[in-house]
Amino acid sequence: MLGALTRRWGDFAACEDAVQEALFAAVTAWADGVPDDPQAWLTRVAQRRLVDYYRSDLARRRREEQVTRAEPPPSPEVGHSDDTLVLLLLCCHPSLTPASAVALTLRAVGGLTTTEIARAFLVPEKTMAQRISRAKQRLREQDDLFALPPDEALPERLRIVLHVLYLIFNEGYTSTSGDGLHRVELSAEAIRLTRMLAALRPGNAEVSGLLALMLLTDARRPARTGPSGELVPLAEQDRTLWDGDLVAEGAALAAEAMAGHPLGEYALQAAIAAVHDRAPSSAATDWRQVLALYEALERLSGNPVVSLNKAVAVAMVNGPAAALELLAALDSGPLAQSHRLDAVRAHLHEMAGDLSAAAEAYVRAAERTTNLTERDYLTLRAAQARRKFAANFIR
Amino acid sequence: MARYMLLQKYEGGAGCDIPMYEWEPQDIGAHIQFQVDLNAELVASGEFVDAQGLAGPDLAKIVTANGVAAPVVTDGPYLEAKEFLAGYRIIDVDSLDRALAIAASASAAPGAKGVPIEQPIEVREIMAAPPSDA
Repeated sequence: MLGALTRRWGDFAACEDAVQEALFAAVTAWADGVPDDPQAWLTRVAQRRLVDYYRSDLARRRREEQVTRAEPPPSPEVGHSDDTLVLLLLCCHPSLTPASAVALTLRAVGGLTTTEIARAFLVPEKTMAQRISRAKQRLREQDDLFALPPDEALPERLRIVLHVLYLIFNEGYTSTSGDGLHRVELSAEAIRLTRMLAALRPGNAEVSGLLALMLLTDARRPARTGPSGELVPLAEQDRTLWDGDLVAEGAALAAEAMAGHPLGEYALQAAIAAVHDRAPSSAATDWRQVLALYEALERLSGNPVVSLNKAVAVAMVNGPAAALELLAALDSGPLAQSHRLDAVRAHLHEMAGDLSAAAEAYVRAAERTTNLTERDYLTLRAAQARRKFAANFIR
Repeated sequence: MARYMLLQKYEGGAGCDIPMYEWEPQDIGAHIQFQVDLNAELVASGEFVDAQGLAGPDLAKIVTANGVAAPVVTDGPYLEAKEFLAGYRIIDVDSLDRALAIAASASAAPGAKGVPIEQPIEVREIMAAPPSDA
C-alpha cells in the first residue's frame, strides 16, 4: 500500500505518515468489525490524510492543483506484490550510497525498526535514524521517484537491488560471535527479502543465483566458528554440521541460475558454492569443476578477489607452484599489500612445504587484516607454521 | 556507577615481549580464550560496555590539518609502533577500585608459555555528568 501511495504522490515521508495514521484510525474504527476490503479502506483513509496534509501546506494552491490533477481514477486494486517490488526498487535508487540503501531497504521493505537496524550495524539509534532520514530526503530530491524505472533501466536497478541484498547478507554472515546474534538476523532478513524478490520476479537467473548463493553459504554457518568464536576454514569444517536442506535447495536454485542467459556472476558464485557444499570433504571436492567455474567467473567479473580464489583452485588441481605464479601477477594490482593476498600466499607456501615463507606471509596478513577473528586465526597459523618448521629442523 | 576506559598499547609487558606469532599455538589459544572469558564475566556481572581491538599500526594514518591547506596524512610503518593503541575495554563499575581490579585481571593475561604478560593497562575515567548530590 505504501508503494502504491508513493507512486502516486511521490512524497515518501508524507505517505509513510499517512499510512501510519490510517492504521491508527483502523484500530478504533474496526472495533465494530473489519470491513470487507480492509486494504481498500486503509488506502482510502491514507489518501484522505494525504489530501488533508497537502491542503494545509503553505504552498497550498500548487498542491491543490497537484491533488486535482493526480486524483486517481477508480482502478483495480494494485496487488501487494507490485507495491513491494516498487518499494524495493525505490530503496535501491542509484542516487543513494550503499549504506543508505541498505538501511532504507531494511526499514521500508524489511520492516525492521530503526533500533533493530542500529543495533545490527553497531551504531547509536540516533545515528541510524539520521541515516535513514537523509536517505529519504535524498529520494525526495529526485524527479523520477515514484515511477518504475523505464524498461531499459530496470536490469541496472535490479542489479543494485541484488547488490544491496548481498551486502545485507554479508554483513550478517561475517560477524564475530560477540555481538553475533543481531547480526545473524541480518542474514536471515537478507534471505527473506531475496526469497520475496524471487517470488516477485520468477525465472530471473541472477535473482535465483543470489538466493542460491545465500542459502549455500548460510548452510555452512554452524561449522564456521569454533567454541570460542574462532574461525574454522572451509577445508577443516565439520561438514556433518552443515544444513542439508539449505544445501539441497541452494544447489537446485544454482542449477536453475546456471541455465540462464546470459550467464551471470551470482549464478557462477552459487555454482561454485554448490560444488563445495555437495562434497563430503575438501579432498573429495571436484576441484577441476571449481576451477572451470572460477575461470568463467574471472572472465565476467573485474574483481581481483575472484582471481585470488581461483588461485586456490589452481593449487588443488595443478599444485601450489603454479598457483604462486598466478599470485605474483596480482602483486602489481589493486590487491597489492592486501592481507587477503598474503593469507592465500601463506596457505600456498604451506601446501608447498615452505614453512618459513608461510609463517612470514601469515604474519604480514595478520598485521594488515581489519577483522579480529581473522587476525587471531592468521596469528595462530603463523605460530603453527613456525613450530612445524622448528620441529622439522631439529629432526 | 562510573565508566572507565581500559587502554592497551602494543608494548609487551614484563612477562612477555615477544610478538604473539612467536608463541606456541596452544599459548595463543589460551590467550584468546582468556580474553573471551574476561569479556563474558564482565557481561555476566553487568559491567561490560564495549571491547574493541584496533587494526594494526601499519594500517594507521595520522592526519593533521589547518583547515586551509591540504591535510597532511602520515602513513606507517612507524618507529614508535609500540606506542599505538592495540585495543580498549569500556566498563561501567561501582568504584575506581573495581576498575583497577578488572585492569589487573586484563594485565595478567597469559602469554608465551602461559606466563602472565603483565601488560601495562591505562585506566581512564570517562567524563560524565556530575553526581546528583554535587
